[in-house]
Amino acid sequence: MTDTAREQVAPQTIQVTVDGTPVPAVPGELVIEVAERAGVYIPRFCYHPRMEPVGMCRMCLVEVSGPRGFSLQPACYVRVADGQEVRTSSPKAAKAQEGVLEFLLVNHPLDCPVCDKGGECPLQDQALSHGPGESRFVEEKRHWEKPIEIGPLIHLDRERCIQCARCTRFAAEVAGEALIDFAFRGAHIEVAPFPERPFSSYFSGNTVQICPVGALTAAPYRFRSRPWDLEQVETTCVTCSVGCRVAAQSSAGRLVRYLGIDSEPVNQSWLCDKGRFGYEAVHATNRVTRPLVRRAGELVEARWAEALREVAAGVRQSDQRFGPGGIAVLGGARLTNEDAYAWSKLAKSILRTDHVDAQLGDGLPAELVLGLPRATIDDAVHAKALIVLAPDLREELPVLYLRLRKAAATVPVIECSTVPTALSEVAHVRCGYLPGEAQRLAGALVGDGSIEEIPGADPAEIERARAVLSALSGEGSDAAVGDGVVIVLGRPSLAEDARSIAGAAALLQRALPGARFLSVLRRANVHGALDMGLAPGILPGRVGLEAGRQWFEAAWGELPSDRGRDARGILEAAASGELSMLILLGADPIADFPDAALARHALEQVDLLVAVATHRDASNELAHVVLPVAGADERFGSTTNLEGRVTRLAPKVVPPGVAWPAWSVAAELARTLGNDLGCSSIETLSREISRLAPAHRGIDLDQLSAPERRDGIVAPLAETPVTLLGRRDGTSPRPIDPMATPGIFSVEEQGAPLGAGTALPVGGSGRRASSPEGARPPLLALGGLEALGLGGGAPGRLDAYSFRLVLRRALYDHGTLVQASLSLRGLAGQAVLAANPHVLEQLGVQAGDPVRCKSERGAIEVPIAPDASLARNVVVLTANLDDGANALVDAGSPVTDVRLETLA
Amino acid sequence: MAALTPENFERARAIVALYPKARSALIPLCHLAQSQDGWLTPEAMEDIAALVGVTPAEVRGTASFYDMLHTEPVGRHVIAVCTNIACMLGGAYELLEHAEEHLGIAVGQTTADGEFTIEEAECLAGCDTAPCVQVNHRFFGPLDAASFDALCERLRSGELGGDVPHHGTLCRVERAVGLLATEGERGGDER
Amino acid sequence: MITDAPRIVTSRLGHSDSHTLERYLATGGYEGLRAALARPPAEIREEVDKASLLGRGGAGFPAGRKWSMLRPAEITYLVINGDESEPATFKDHLLIERDPHQVIEGTIIAAYALGVAQAFIFCRGEFALGLERLSQAVNEAYAHGALGRNIFGSGWSLDLVIHPGAGAYICGEETALLESLEGKRGFPRIKPPYFPAAIGLYGAPTVVNNIETMSNLPWIVRNGGAAFAALGQGSSTGTRLFALSGRVERPGWYELEMSKTTFADLIMDPSLGGGVKDGHDLKAFIPGGVSAPWFGPEHLSLGLDQDAVAKQGSMLGSGSVVVMDDTTCAVRAAWRITRFFYRESCGQCTPCREGSGWLEKILRRIEEGAGREADLDLLMDACDNIAPGVSWPPQQTTICVLGPSIPSSIASGIRMFRDEFLLHVKEGGCPMRDAR
Ligand SMILES: Cc1cc2nc3c(=O)[nH]c(=O)nc-3n(C[C@H](O)[C@H](O)[C@H](O)COP(=O)(O)O)c2cc1C
Ligand code: SF4
Ligand code: FES
Repeated sequence: MTDTAREQVAPQTIQVTVDGTPVPAVPGELVIEVAERAGVYIPRFCYHPRMEPVGMCRMCLVEVSGPRGFSLQPACYVRVADGQEVRTSSPKAAKAQEGVLEFLLVNHPLDCPVCDKGGECPLQDQALSHGPGESRFVEEKRHWEKPIEIGPLIHLDRERCIQCARCTRFAAEVAGEALIDFAFRGAHIEVAPFPERPFSSYFSGNTVQICPVGALTAAPYRFRSRPWDLEQVETTCVTCSVGCRVAAQSSAGRLVRYLGIDSEPVNQSWLCDKGRFGYEAVHATNRVTRPLVRRAGELVEARWAEALREVAAGVRQSDQRFGPGGIAVLGGARLTNEDAYAWSKLAKSILRTDHVDAQLGDGLPAELVLGLPRATIDDAVHAKALIVLAPDLREELPVLYLRLRKAAATVPVIECSTVPTALSEVAHVRCGYLPGEAQRLAGALVGDGSIEEIPGADPAEIERARAVLSALSGEGSDAAVGDGVVIVLGRPSLAEDARSIAGAAALLQRALPGARFLSVLRRANVHGALDMGLAPGILPGRVGLEAGRQWFEAAWGELPSDRGRDARGILEAAASGELSMLILLGADPIADFPDAALARHALEQVDLLVAVATHRDASNELAHVVLPVAGADERFGSTTNLEGRVTRLAPKVVPPGVAWPAWSVAAELARTLGNDLGCSSIETLSREISRLAPAHRGIDLDQLSAPERRDGIVAPLAETPVTLLGRRDGTSPRPIDPMATPGIFSVEEQGAPLGAGTALPVGGSGRRASSPEGARPPLLALGGLEALGLGGGAPGRLDAYSFRLVLRRALYDHGTLVQASLSLRGLAGQAVLAANPHVLEQLGVQAGDPVRCKSERGAIEVPIAPDASLARNVVVLTANLDDGANALVDAGSPVTDVRLETLA
Repeated sequence: MAALTPENFERARAIVALYPKARSALIPLCHLAQSQDGWLTPEAMEDIAALVGVTPAEVRGTASFYDMLHTEPVGRHVIAVCTNIACMLGGAYELLEHAEEHLGIAVGQTTADGEFTIEEAECLAGCDTAPCVQVNHRFFGPLDAASFDALCERLRSGELGGDVPHHGTLCRVERAVGLLATEGERGGDER
Repeated sequence: MITDAPRIVTSRLGHSDSHTLERYLATGGYEGLRAALARPPAEIREEVDKASLLGRGGAGFPAGRKWSMLRPAEITYLVINGDESEPATFKDHLLIERDPHQVIEGTIIAAYALGVAQAFIFCRGEFALGLERLSQAVNEAYAHGALGRNIFGSGWSLDLVIHPGAGAYICGEETALLESLEGKRGFPRIKPPYFPAAIGLYGAPTVVNNIETMSNLPWIVRNGGAAFAALGQGSSTGTRLFALSGRVERPGWYELEMSKTTFADLIMDPSLGGGVKDGHDLKAFIPGGVSAPWFGPEHLSLGLDQDAVAKQGSMLGSGSVVVMDDTTCAVRAAWRITRFFYRESCGQCTPCREGSGWLEKILRRIEEGAGREADLDLLMDACDNIAPGVSWPPQQTTICVLGPSIPSSIASGIRMFRDEFLLHVKEGGCPMRDAR
């Protein structure tokens, strides 16, 4: 059922009879859905529950009663009517179904033994269940050139194609970019990209997953495994913070495939290609497999005990030099919740430092993210209006982009962005603005401030946006202003200081108190890390340091006395010699911090740089000690997506070498320091979180393991009642559909790989901390601009010779994960500086010519590319390609202005 | 091979403006591009995509559905021999065989000099003159072997230039008048 | 006996300049429109209803009734179907090339009657000359004040666009035609819900009518619906333009009074078809385009009447009659017609896309001498899987009726000439090969 049908679930029911059994139904439901609810499976090919029906393949023909008696109708297309009678296996229906299957096989090559789909193929399965017993076809079959590469990740075998149009419809309807389409006619129809523009979509892998035959295959999986050799487990993709549910599949101890699971509230079966194929990074050659310590300038392998002793020595030395507060912890956004909790506890109660930040200066203040009233994806797609103040979501959170893109058909979207994004195409209003002016733009939107003279903004657009918002306030007098509005909030550009965005958010919240926020921070578990207290001034469960001090000191022991520094503060302190020791929790500040020069300098300055890491990267190249930890698909635990939805992770393969889960590194380090973190297993950690962390009360791994909780639980439990749209209880509207997602099989029955967990050390005493006495501390709530200390930070005027820099992210970049995935690494684009064509003209340069781009902070040389959609005073660079663009940014300044010079 | 010339680009805009929705102009624009180059060049398809607001893959996908639109180069004269029932009863297959032999190419092929392409056509609505043949969509028929050969000769010599323009030229009358009924209310409002 | 009914749509065709505005005006052109504009639209609709004008595109649905089904809406469209590609049909071709103003005048009258402000004529792309003449005529009609703003001072305005097709038979099917007009591939839409009168062009209510249907309107407005209904009998009123081809002496177009003229008249009368070619015997004939089941000599006496033909299990369809004589091989004829459907299937529906190709291959095999006796049952069973019951009018497993039209010729061939099919199998090839 579509979202619209969902809304009118108001149970106006009608009666339909399917094969003699009466079934209640909702008007507008498809016959195929109603039959499925009645336990009657109607064969199908073109129908996919997540796309509009087209009734093309004719496989689902059944007899349906109408005013003129029974007729054969496509069950996937016809909507039920009251009193209707449906016969799915009458002689006439059965003959029609057999006929269609026979016709489909007429030209099918029947090369099942060498086909990836063989064994999990809907065509095979339905030929068996609904097809004729034997073939009467003796003629020559249709021939095509065997697999052709239609995109960097996708191969097409046209002989196997049954012309169901699922892939082409996905591209046009769901992804919104028809890079493939049917070409030619009739028996000659083929799926084809435009020859000069291959099928290089961020979503191309979905077409492979929904192909009901083996026509589309994915380059990374081709010939890697047979379905019957696959083991699988259901887990969550940790590529970004959307947290798509996936089936991770392995063969012979190696991951070979990810398939998207249809999680109603989250990914609705789709994945992006980075998430789908990024599993290759798990088996990359640059994994850290053993502890490394620096000896005579070189990192050499060491035993765990030795490495941990080295770290412990550093801790003691730091204590001597600076007392508590000489140590800082950066990162943690790629850990599990339990890892993050353990490190938060270690840092704050044992190392007694509050200089802890899971973000790398590229996000938003933790108080803001945690304190704003939160929205779920569901809230967003059913909002009365959406305000999007965020980066290009297609580049950063692709599946969220798909959900919002679809929503834009029914929900008015107001996009506020410095440069056009993929969403701009479907937005009702796009309000442009010059980087640094977000707060003023927000003020103008809600009628707080003039709409004129906002640099980069068009008053007419602001007027239109205001009209959208004011049209809402008319309704429901007792509702708070802004009720039903969802604000999608993120960091549009790394070169635009977070304070401006935070200021905008605070303004919007004050003017629209009924509005809710969907935070679109990017890294996989950044929200979990913040929730677990990996941020300055924050304790686990979304409480402030002071508010939670009593509660947590009772459980943990003494806490740092003052609020610590954030990432920028930490790096600045380190660079100026005010820190002795820095621990990187899977963080690569040299690549990711907007001010690369500062990051590098800071890492070089500290006495001891410790990296807890899965892969080697630019930052841990400088470390004194590198500790190997388990990564995606190698560990138990939970993760939290951008909605605050906590889901279970499950391991499918064993970590390489002697890598440990990060939480046990924390536990062992505590022990080496002569302390006890008080947690001996992931379960005890999980229970401790559920007991202590106020926002996570009642949420633990046991809870999450219940089959009906596989879609996760949005924290906090009490505040957001979880709608359990169970996918697997027989009555659910959307059980696992072998036709919708061929290849996913009984996820319940298969679990962790043999041997996972046995390599884990048994640390700690297993002492169970009990809940402290007294009232739980209150959750953070945003106290307004002042509370955040967000005053100031207004950008200066842009002088006539300068351009304001937008530093955006691309899905495929030179980040660790992409580069460690063989199939993805080549997809990172060329670094270019995009500018209005007028700028090229002024400079007298051609597209592709290199230019020097200079800021106060640094300079880079990069080819220039014209982009007519940009304003003339803005230039755009992409972070983390090979040009080192983040060297230009001054993290301390609200915006970064650059000048361009030609290279003679 | 070029994208649309500036004049044709202007012409294309005018055609788009005839329709309530820009995409409706897709096929007329393909005809326009084909009259320019004799076939649909990739560059022209990209132009058309931009003009009507779809992807180049959709332009190619849509255009290739139609027999008259060629996504590969063809000869200057595309000879379409109808072999459907009425023409078959009038000897169309025999004529087609003769044509293949005479020109030394099979159906679907183009002569080495780029002069002729032969197509086997479905009914061209010229059944009273069976077997009926179109050259660049201009009718000839009934034809027999001798008159076919003579026709080829006249085409080759350019004698029929006025009657049979080069391949792709469809309608040489342009719309001279505007949108009198509803002007101003539309014109590519999708874009 | 050939009746003395007036020529309604071909009155001007004797003139070599019949396509020009001068000739048109000199022969009563645009008078029907002027007369129509003087009356309220409802009265025009009544006249057409009274005329009982059956659609000339193939389905034969009364135009007046179709118009009454147009869902009232702010924007509605009129689309004229000039995609004529049903094999052996060439009447619209004629009307477009030789009397374009009549088509346009009829279209304007229909638009006026329906209250439509935007009309399209979808003209088959292969009619290059027709497109030029139609376009020229539209330019002239604008200049003459018959199109555009404030037509003939009536205060009513209409815009008319000539839209070229690009070569695909399926675009004659009205919903495929609308898709094509929207700039897409010609995939027919599923009915319901996509009945054009309810959800048509751009989702707006749309009337789709045939070229010949339109060409009748000027006459009907000038002479009244009753005068039209007085011709013919029963529901088959007026005259119709028949296209005669195949093995006859005088192939061509003939405008004949419906019902009162017979197939025998059309094929045999010396002033019309002039008899079977070269004195051969009539073997069979197709009464209404290749989608229609075949008739044999016993049907010659049947009137050119929609209901009478339907009662005999076929259709008058697009008004095209193909004559087969004793030199015609039934297998080859069925094969060529099936090949047509195979080449023209849009490809959406599995039974039509795959079935047409399979049937074509079997028939070719039989014709070429590799047939088996079991092939006849196989042919019929595969046909049954496309059109359950293989009857006429057909049931369907497909979206549009192109698919279920495939069995017509195959079933006719096997039913009427079973022995000839078997002879192919027995003799390992076509027994009539040499007769050709
Ligand atoms: C496969 C198929 C092809 C058709 N081809 C034509 C055609 O070429 N011309 C035409 O006028 N109608 C054709 N029709 C009929 C149209 O769908 C439609 O009924 C007709 O244009 C309505 O006009 P009328 O009511 O004036 O006859 C075709 C129908 C089908 C199913
Ligand atoms: S029946 Fe044939 S032509 Fe008609 S929609 Fe289906 S595939 Fe297309
Ligand atoms: S027609 Fe219903 S599943 Fe394809």
